[in-house]
Amino acid sequence: MSKISVVPFGPQHPVLPEPIHLDLVIQDEKVLSAIPSIGFVHRGLESLVDKRDFKEMVLVAERICGICSFGHGMGYCEAVEKIMNITVPDRARFLRTMFQEMSRLHSHTMWLGLAADAFGYESLFMECWRIREKILDMLEMATGGRVIFSICDVGGLRKDVPDEMLAEFDRRFAALKSDYDHVTEIFLNDDAVKSRLCGVGVMTIQQANDLGCCGPFLRASGVRRDARMTNYEAYGELDFEPVTANEGDSYARCKVRIGEIYQSIDLIRQCIAKMPAGEVQAPVKGLPDGEYMMRIEQPRGEALYYVKANGTKNLTRFRVRTPTFANIPGLMEIMKGTEVADVATLILTIDPCISCTER
Amino acid sequence: MSLAQFSKTAIRNLFHKPVTEKYPFVPKEYGERTRGHIENDISKCVLCGLCMMRCPSHAITVNKAAYTWQINPFSCVQCNYCVEGCPKKSLTMKNTYTKPDTQKTSVVLKYSAERIAGEEARRKAMIEKAMAAKKAAEAKKAAAAQEAAPAGTGKAEVQ
Ligand code: SF4
Ligand code: SF4
Repeated sequence: MSKISVVPFGPQHPVLPEPIHLDLVIQDEKVLSAIPSIGFVHRGLESLVDKRDFKEMVLVAERICGICSFGHGMGYCEAVEKIMNITVPDRARFLRTMFQEMSRLHSHTMWLGLAADAFGYESLFMECWRIREKILDMLEMATGGRVIFSICDVGGLRKDVPDEMLAEFDRRFAALKSDYDHVTEIFLNDDAVKSRLCGVGVMTIQQANDLGCCGPFLRASGVRRDARMTNYEAYGELDFEPVTANEGDSYARCKVRIGEIYQSIDLIRQCIAKMPAGEVQAPVKGLPDGEYMMRIEQPRGEALYYVKANGTKNLTRFRVRTPTFANIPGLMEIMKGTEVADVATLILTIDPCISCTER
Repeated sequence: MSLAQFSKTAIRNLFHKPVTEKYPFVPKEYGERTRGHIENDISKCVLCGLCMMRCPSHAITVNKAAYTWQINPFSCVQCNYCVEGCPKKSLTMKNTYTKPDTQKTSVVLKYSAERIAGEEARRKAMIEKAMAAKKAAEAKKAAAAQEAAPAGTGKAEVQ
């Protein structure tokens, strides 16, 4: 047995899109344990509630993350709407659901690209991002922004999306399926990809539950838990069943995300088909007074938004628990006993978003 | 099987037009709704400062005394919040992005010389009017005091 040594990993590392630092305790190329440290990109967004009024905070909340920005804005708005007893118009609910699923779609596609990049599949990476660009183009067409949409508002949406545009989206999403078939085939059936993913970083159902994991990371271990089952926004009116897998390894996580890609396309098309007519913005009167905790399902897992107000235009507290924060303990657990070479792919399989985590 | 799959894509990519655009040689066309940069039609702006108060990133500075409206386009996060709040509808969100620059240059807009002269004259007139009103009020007060004075003496006499 060779001696135990500690190898620093990150915050700057070619495979890491964002800064997380790990101290890997290794022996003979095997990881014995990992100690995480975060805090490199803390921005203190939550405390901005003192300085920005509750409507301006929507714009701040959206900027917690560049990928799941819509969900952050929506989660915040939902919480404030619940406090103020605002009923969001039906059309706005369906459009919000559609944008949320489009965010999930582009986030998962981005993840596929990053995963391909981590295996050294450069052209597959570019193929994935080429597809993602099509979704970003649609988002830009509808909202005006590629990743930060600034369309969600307390009471509904700032802009409506015309029906012709929705019909166009429907056509494009129908065509997108074959693009995905082409790349997902490689992720699911390629031997080289399988050799990097199958049986690596196994998380049992018991561990996943005990460590409080969430999102595809949790569902890949066979737990049927998804915040969309709480039927917020329009999810209650759509045909939705969470995607799960039982193996709990990296391959299962990849499989769950691919399943969710197809499910998102399906949900978006359902939203477009069922889109009600009417207003998208409900009048907002008065100031919020009370507190509320909202749960929504972000691409990376369940996010919590806690909002507390005291009847003034500034909130007294805003707290966000992001999915990556919940998944870090799980990540540390699956790393135990793996090869050092697998650490990078394992970190990727939880789809970490460190900027969200640190807010 | 999967190798054959991907070689198909690779070969197709050899003969296809690139997916990316040759920016800046080919100008980029932006969508109608794209939030690119903020423009202010200063002739409509009344320098009320609402946009400055609303801006979440403090990109706008309104100086009423100097008749200027200033934006730092590199601080602006294109949230459109100022546009929604402008009472005179003088702000617009254009769909082209801010031009790159070597430093964070602010855009300063100032009222035209005639408008400044007009504003100055209006302010002067307002001040004069206020002064005149103040003077008149003082004179009225003084007169009232004088009128009240004999009554006061009367009271003293009664005592
Ligand atoms: S809100 Fe409109 S009118 Fe007022 S200062 Fe800003 S641009 Fe001018
Ligand atoms: S768009 Fe937003 S960030 Fe930019 S100037 Fe207006 S309020 Fe400020």
